[in-house]
Amino acid sequence: MNDMTPIKTTPKDWETDQEVRWCPGCGDYAILKAVQRTMPEIGGTPENTVFVSGIGCSSRFPYYMETYGFHTIHGRAPAVATGVKLANPDLDVWVISGDGDALSIGGNHTMHMLRRNLDCQFLLFNNEIYGLTKGQYSPTSREGTRSPSTPFGSVDHPTKPCAFALGAGARFVARAIDVSKQLVDVLKSAHAHKGTAFVEIFQNCIVYNADVFAGFTEKANRDHQLWLENGKPMLFAGDTKGIALDVASLSLKVVDVVDGNWEAAGVLVHDVTNRTVAHMLVEMPFGEFPMALGVLYDDPRPTFDSAVFEQNAAVTKGKLPNLQKLISTGQTWTVDA
Amino acid sequence: MATAARIDAPDNASPLQSSEAVVVRFAGDSGDGMQLTGGQFTLSSALAGNDFATFPDFPAEIRAPLGTLFGVSAFQINFGSTEIETAGDAPDVLVAMNPAALKTNVKDLKPGGLIIADSGEFTARNLAKAEYDANPLEDDSLGKWQLIQFNISQLTLDAVKPFGLGNKEALRCKNMWTLGLSLWMFDRDRQPIIDWLKDKFAKNPVLADANIAALNAGHAYGETAEIGQPGMVAIPQRHVSAAPVEPGLYRTITGADAVAYGLVAGCQLADVKMFFGGYPITPASSILHALSRLKEYGVMTFQAEDEIAAIASAIGASYAGQLGVTSSSGPGIALKTEAIGLAVMTELPLVIVNSQRGGPSTGLPTKTEQSDLYQAVYGRNGDTPLPVIAARSPSDAFDCAIEAVRIATQFMTPVILLTDGYIANAAEPWKVPDMSTYQPFPVTFLDHVPEGGFKPYGRDNKLARPWVKPGTPGLRHRIGGIEKQVDTGHINYSPENHQAMTDLRKNKVDGVADHIPYQDVCLGTTSGKLAIVGWGSTFGPIHQAVRRARAKGMDVSHIHLRHIWPMPKNLGELLKSYDTVIVPEMNTGQLKTVLRDQYLVDAKPLNKVSGQPFRIAEIEAAIEEALG
Repeated sequence: MNDMTPIKTTPKDWETDQEVRWCPGCGDYAILKAVQRTMPEIGGTPENTVFVSGIGCSSRFPYYMETYGFHTIHGRAPAVATGVKLANPDLDVWVISGDGDALSIGGNHTMHMLRRNLDCQFLLFNNEIYGLTKGQYSPTSREGTRSPSTPFGSVDHPTKPCAFALGAGARFVARAIDVSKQLVDVLKSAHAHKGTAFVEIFQNCIVYNADVFAGFTEKANRDHQLWLENGKPMLFAGDTKGIALDVASLSLKVVDVVDGNWEAAGVLVHDVTNRTVAHMLVEMPFGEFPMALGVLYDDPRPTFDSAVFEQNAAVTKGKLPNLQKLISTGQTWTVDA
Repeated sequence: MATAARIDAPDNASPLQSSEAVVVRFAGDSGDGMQLTGGQFTLSSALAGNDFATFPDFPAEIRAPLGTLFGVSAFQINFGSTEIETAGDAPDVLVAMNPAALKTNVKDLKPGGLIIADSGEFTARNLAKAEYDANPLEDDSLGKWQLIQFNISQLTLDAVKPFGLGNKEALRCKNMWTLGLSLWMFDRDRQPIIDWLKDKFAKNPVLADANIAALNAGHAYGETAEIGQPGMVAIPQRHVSAAPVEPGLYRTITGADAVAYGLVAGCQLADVKMFFGGYPITPASSILHALSRLKEYGVMTFQAEDEIAAIASAIGASYAGQLGVTSSSGPGIALKTEAIGLAVMTELPLVIVNSQRGGPSTGLPTKTEQSDLYQAVYGRNGDTPLPVIAARSPSDAFDCAIEAVRIATQFMTPVILLTDGYIANAAEPWKVPDMSTYQPFPVTFLDHVPEGGFKPYGRDNKLARPWVKPGTPGLRHRIGGIEKQVDTGHINYSPENHQAMTDLRKNKVDGVADHIPYQDVCLGTTSGKLAIVGWGSTFGPIHQAVRRARAKGMDVSHIHLRHIWPMPKNLGELLKSYDTVIVPEMNTGQLKTVLRDQYLVDAKPLNKVSGQPFRIAEIEAAIEEALG
């Protein structure tokens, strides 16, 4: 039905004529630009691309992409996207969500989409706050977050999006920063992965939660970023430090690397298919450890949609629909004239 | 039953004679297989050419503790040689497999009716569980009925002894022994049941043989008792002749299957694939089960993680160019409400089936009620109109499902189809329709930029917006739940635009009334002293009650609505042509309120919310009271 021949596009081709209505300086602008830069590089076709979002600042995203788009209801984007993909598996489906949308009201759908492994990209814009409703704390807000609904500080424990995703069975987990130059590469890897590709993007809400990620995003704090690359040692802080395994406690530790000799320091080499290490990387407490960024885990397995279509093809093989026959079977009898 | 194919008895026909129709209720423990017994007895009634209607009534608990009052499962069938439209008011025969079944059901039995009891189960322990102080089989507490008791348990054990089953397994053949006896009582052929048992237990021939032996033994017991063996009580035998019906191919159908087949038929007529998103809920799950087996008909089924995901995925599929369908019961529909609003706002076709059950909240999951009419017509935030259709019987659900698909796809709107627990589970004969007689209503997907440019929220003459499949070049657009600008579909919060869009949505749904039939009077005259106005599964009892009253010379007519919203254009005038309008409903008066609101008619309520269908007599009494 759809002509899937890749066409050459430019980022400009992916921009709509709609006025972008995020606050000036919002991290969403950078993410939008990165996605629009990614699309030509992956050979995307605008009419075969669908952006599906829920509710929240991030969920305005589809209006700004010159593709098909569906701005749905709070938390339900994964479920709508599942229907879109099952109805037409040729479509390239992107789900756009936020920390409240994906992990609070829509946590159930996020979990089940990841578990099923629907083939799509799932971008979670994490700003650790409810922006569109004017600043209440969110399920990713740190303990003690003061907000209109928690004037004395929040007391509940936050969830870690990537840990949630892995726990739910995600086969691709990545992290990036809204303004980081690596975001396009992370998105390209996410798109290349068959299955639900879960990408947490640290997004700076300059109005309600400004600089909450400054501890590793500020220029002065870049040493706290650990950018992971498959097959490369886990080095950071200008390659002066690395991540190694503490065998006695079966946990990760930070080691100093002297004269670039990371092997001697026992620094681990990143293997994107190692699920055990991925669990450790997403759980590293920031401060004591750097923030693990890039593709943390990527180990595809058959997708939900492919399994559905394979089974449907197998069970319908050689069966021709005959409605008249169908309604004429069962407990039947004939009344003669 | 209610197939149009049935040859209607003349309007002045005398009330049903008991000889023409018999009501039998099988009651036992939920583990006794009463639903199966009833189902097979239904098949035998169909094969004998009787008209019939059934009413399965079972507990919400899957395996309630043995022998308890709340664990009783019952199946009632009304079969006859004349038109049957309800499962019958009071049973003529009650088969009680244990004390609890007797206790919970005997009060419904007609005076002089026949009780067949398994005395083997009337042990001290079971009597205590049923809260009997003394054994009712041994005192005169059942005096106003005819009682036949024998040890069915022991007779079954004797019959299946040669097959070497364990005691528990052997006793599970009790229901087939009972069925055998029932077949004898009503002069029925055993062979179809034997064939069915062989097929059911194809993988375990010993079980098949044991069950067949129990069936034969029950049948033989009736025969031997008749010729007066010592120690055996003669059992009355009755023959109920075939009912006069139009020639043709018939089958039994439940409402759930009829909805499933109707949806498939509707999608074929619309030339569109179906996506069904569902979540298990009683009594709606059977629709999901039925459709899951029909993949070769272009049906995709998806068991979602919850009710919300079920409808949200269906909306996603509709957006992508298939017909999204979801189905549930009241509590699940409540969860879907926000998403229904999204479908209204984005003007996507969608069919939502509600198999109503007793409410509110979890309510009475396995009992029937019609109390979701307000929910269907009004139950959403904002001004959110959508068409609502209600099926009157299991077989009618087929045509109603087709109608729901037609309206959804032609008007680009969600449509709610109401059935209920009774319709979903009950079986009735259905004259298999000839699909070539149905008029197709193919959908058109917009696949090019029309003259004057593409307007995602432009309108056709029915005020429907274009349906565009993502993947279509040149027609990229974005939709969502925020108010849409007229024509362009861009976000727009302006006062005049919101007024215009609200009006458009209302006018579009109101306009459906131009494309549905005028309301007919299904029995009686188009004006007069009294109209009984119903909707949904009250059809049977209303129809029979009106028939009986008319036979007595009363001026009463029956009007039954299929289109609940919008209503047929002539309905207001029609209702005003009667002196009195009575609306019987299994709720506290919901259609009554809507009719009053729409037409300022003094519609009077007749309500019942016991989880049980109306009895014919209850409606007859209301007619007699109204006509003094």
